[in-house]
Amino acid sequence: MASVFGIPLAVFMGQLLLGLINGAFYAVLSLGLALIFGLLNIINFAHGAQYMMGAFAAWLLLTVLGIGYWPALVLAPLIVGLFGMAVERTMLRRLAKLDPLYGLLLTFGLALVIEGLFRQQYGVSGQPYQVPEALQGVIKLGFMFLPIYRGWVVLASLVVCLGTWVAIEKTKLGALLRAATENPSLVRAFGVNVPMMITATYGFGAALAGLAGVLAAPVYAVNPLMGSNIIIVVFAVVVIGGMGSILGSVLTGFGLGLIEGLTKVFYPEASSTIIFVIMAIVLLVKPAGLFGKAG
Amino acid sequence: MDFRKWMMASAVALLAAGANAQISDNVVKIGVLTDLSGAYSDLAGKGSVVAAELAVADFGGKVKGVPVQVVSADHQNKPDIGSAIANRWIDTEQVDAIVDVPTSSVALAIQEITRTKNRVHLNSTAGASSLTGEKCSPTMVHWTYDTYAQAHGTGTALTKQGGDTWFFIAADYAFGKALQEDTEAAVKDAGGKVLGSVKAPFPNTDFSSFLLQAQASGAKVVGLANAGADTINAIKQAHEFGLDKSGQKLTGLLTFVSDIHSLGLETAQGIVITDSWYWDLNDDTRAWAKRWSEKMGGGRMPTSVQAGVYSAVMHYLKAIDKSGTDEAKKVVDTMKTMPINDMFAKNGKIRADGRMVHDMYLVEIKKPSESKYPWDYYKILRTIPGDEAYRPLDKGNCPLVAAK
Repeated sequence: MASVFGIPLAVFMGQLLLGLINGAFYAVLSLGLALIFGLLNIINFAHGAQYMMGAFAAWLLLTVLGIGYWPALVLAPLIVGLFGMAVERTMLRRLAKLDPLYGLLLTFGLALVIEGLFRQQYGVSGQPYQVPEALQGVIKLGFMFLPIYRGWVVLASLVVCLGTWVAIEKTKLGALLRAATENPSLVRAFGVNVPMMITATYGFGAALAGLAGVLAAPVYAVNPLMGSNIIIVVFAVVVIGGMGSILGSVLTGFGLGLIEGLTKVFYPEASSTIIFVIMAIVLLVKPAGLFGKAG
Repeated sequence: MDFRKWMMASAVALLAAGANAQISDNVVKIGVLTDLSGAYSDLAGKGSVVAAELAVADFGGKVKGVPVQVVSADHQNKPDIGSAIANRWIDTEQVDAIVDVPTSSVALAIQEITRTKNRVHLNSTAGASSLTGEKCSPTMVHWTYDTYAQAHGTGTALTKQGGDTWFFIAADYAFGKALQEDTEAAVKDAGGKVLGSVKAPFPNTDFSSFLLQAQASGAKVVGLANAGADTINAIKQAHEFGLDKSGQKLTGLLTFVSDIHSLGLETAQGIVITDSWYWDLNDDTRAWAKRWSEKMGGGRMPTSVQAGVYSAVMHYLKAIDKSGTDEAKKVVDTMKTMPINDMFAKNGKIRADGRMVHDMYLVEIKKPSESKYPWDYYKILRTIPGDEAYRPLDKGNCPLVAAK
């Protein structure tokens, strides 16, 4: 049997695929973060909490209103997005002219409050959420069993990432948005409602986190701490990719998922630290990140 | 005038104190030191405090004429924080017994403090079997379970049922390592073989990579040597990857009924575990669970370790009543002479090393179709007699045993 670095090719391929799947979560989450930072200059520490809210929104929709996975895939991000817009309007806006550090502190505090409230209400051991019926089961790939749901996660996140990138980089709306971050008063002079655009952008970033939460609900335990577990890794992804670089964060998300997956085969004990080792190296060699613009 | 009043009051107080000279500070204070906000706050946490309060209320709120009080604190699963609270409780707040103490690292720290300062340590939720082994203490009782009993209950049973090849996914810290080693020993004793193992970082959310390795190993049983959210994530994802469908059996070596509740029966069905108590065992357990649930709210049912807190506190108060003192070593010695017969244990006994020996249960998780009412999760496969479940007294290297 063919082998790579001493492990059977089949196992190797399987691990690569799993890495890609985890990368998909990292990509969607870091995309939202990069978007918010790149366009609004806000370091959104509430991103993990918004991810958790997405998962809980899906669970609440199901248990309270009987609304299943597919509608939740749209509704939950919408709810989280609206919440995000409210946060931007009522709180973040007041800090817009200050150092980004203040935004970081505010969103970090907000994340603690949100997580605390959910913990108080629902406890820490998590809520059950099943894989939707249409996506249950596994596909035999020859080298591994691929749960259909995981395949769906990769597909969905690829579509979302690509769609967002196209919207920001290739459409008129995206162009306006980018212009508004460069020179808000000039864009406003052209009759564009810049504050509204900023609110909507933050809402969209939050909605992306919410979407990742819904995607995660059937595979990870839906509990109030799920966001704080993943947010640190996602921040590392954004730093490695280059703060604010949309394409960079997506590519880095997938890439680091792969590297993490391989670490789990060769030396699993290090799999939770490998990303930070890479982050340290990248910061030393290329402080602006792999895809970031220096200065 | 004022001075005279003060003198009289003092005299009365002194007289009252004289009447129960053996009870220090005229109060028996029980400190529930637990995890009120982190990973174990659902399986122990506030539910343990409620269990202790129920025990005090059922005892009548007083022992030997002095009031019994329950205080509680959050040790956040950190040994330094737990130690600081314990020291403060003992030095300035007259706490006589420290109860519950999840997380083995914190429990081991409390073990040393209570040993040196001569206070009672009634542990229900920590797992480390060294608490009654090398680290045993004359003022400590380990009430509900330990890693040895968990490992042997599940390891032996599954191996004898034909699951004679094993693969382990262990949390990469002391507890996971101990649980894996104990289980490996049990599996080998029963004639089984260990095909491989992997150490997962702690905490960890994605287990798919490790599950794939488990699948590739071809082992008949995959043992999860972890706890809490890690176990939940691993079981959830094992179900997703179809481990059960490809003929592999999965077992959580330390799984509580609250974990099953989080997973849902759809995902958890068919898993075999060992537990030390179940709310739906008989009329006594059901009656107690109902009272606990009403006090707790939220429609939850108690875990084995929460029930253990009740049982331990009750037995502690009975021992004070019998011995007439709250001096730690004497009370624990008295506890060791009295059998335990309550809703938690039948003919339970406390050994010289501090181990409370009682029956354990080998459990299979029900299918959704078999579950008739909320929290109806366990099918009892076998009652494991206490003497078989726990480590033999002479095998733990407890100095208290050697001295005898």
